[in-house]
Amino acid sequence: MTEIQSVQIITLTIDGKPVGASGGETILDVAKQNQVFIPTLCHLEGLIPYGACRLCLVEIKGNNKLVPACITKVAEGMEVITNNERLQRFRRWILELLFTERNHVCSVCVANGFCELQSLAEVLGMDHVRLPYLHPKFVVDATHDRFVSDNNRCILCGRCVRVCSDIEGAHTLDIMGRGIKARIVSDLDDDWGNSPTCTRCSKCVQVCPTGAIKEKGRRSVGEKFKHRDVIAHLAEMREAAREED
Amino acid sequence: MQRLSNLPDPPNSDEKWKGVQLVMRKHGQSPHALIETLHAVQHAFGYLDRDSLTYVSDALGVPLSKVYGVATFYQYFTLKKPGTHNCVVCTGTACYIKGVPKLVEALKERYGMALDEVSADGSLTLQSACCIGTCGLAPIASVDGEELGRLSAEELLDKLEEVIHGDA
Repeated sequence: MTEIQSVQIITLTIDGKPVGASGGETILDVAKQNQVFIPTLCHLEGLIPYGACRLCLVEIKGNNKLVPACITKVAEGMEVITNNERLQRFRRWILELLFTERNHVCSVCVANGFCELQSLAEVLGMDHVRLPYLHPKFVVDATHDRFVSDNNRCILCGRCVRVCSDIEGAHTLDIMGRGIKARIVSDLDDDWGNSPTCTRCSKCVQVCPTGAIKEKGRRSVGEKFKHRDVIAHLAEMREAAREED
Repeated sequence: MQRLSNLPDPPNSDEKWKGVQLVMRKHGQSPHALIETLHAVQHAFGYLDRDSLTYVSDALGVPLSKVYGVATFYQYFTLKKPGTHNCVVCTGTACYIKGVPKLVEALKERYGMALDEVSADGSLTLQSACCIGTCGLAPIASVDGEELGRLSAEELLDKLEEVIHGDA
């Protein structure tokens, strides 16, 4: 007997435009389907949403709190505002905080030209920084024969951690510590090159939005081309295989 | 219930591991028992070393990096062997205004170490706390669990000398 699943149809407005969605979708999903741009950094198609970067904050009429679009489910009659002066101001502040917290010097970065942080700064018109740079000095782990982890360029979006644990199933990488000292470690903060759990799959390299995790053997600047859609494809294939079973 | 008897052997023959295993069994060896188990290890051995973190990871089926992430996230857990004596200095707002930086400076001058370090001879651990909760007694420090309020740098150094040399 086949079970007929009822799909709940929801109507809402995004920036005043009426749109339809099915229940369970997030505001970000629906915005994408309707070609409405909401900036994101920690979100990546194929990974479980995380809600960490707060760049996708949107306004909902009647709610005085801002909500992250990537993890907020749509509801009937919702009136979403994805872009106004206030949201732009907050998003620029978030970017400035990210830029000042670590050493994001595009001109000497391997991800120059392929960096999501850099392109968001361009798109959102962040042309200067109003806070002092912290210039932290994190140790670069280049012990792995294929990859390098440079926490100085990390924005702690957690994409590498999620892809390593949820897609690859190795969970070699995780975030240690808290606040300003938090950083990506492999296993018990050991050399990545000696990790007994790393499968060398390179998914972390593909999902990293900046130059924090990179492949060896590339030239130094602007060479880190990435295939980010690989993860969405993998997740989709897996879902399909599961449905067949 | 099959899994319950399958706890791996602890890293050494110390009897205290029995208590840790009891805590893991009580929670059905679930990965969710991670924090409870780390508490039990720290209670038994005073700190979390590499061997115990590896053992907990193995026994609960939690990835090493996740165990490490949790152990370093919470200020309560310590990965370094603590000194024989311990001194917690409150660095909360009230204590800060009432002169904790002077205490920290004096400690640094006398013992040559910053907060959250252990002295080279293993006799003293300095710790910071974000607030002990008795701001009326600021600046406050706690030496081996004894709270000393409205503290001057001299009083703190004298007290520390007393407890450290009380052993000798």
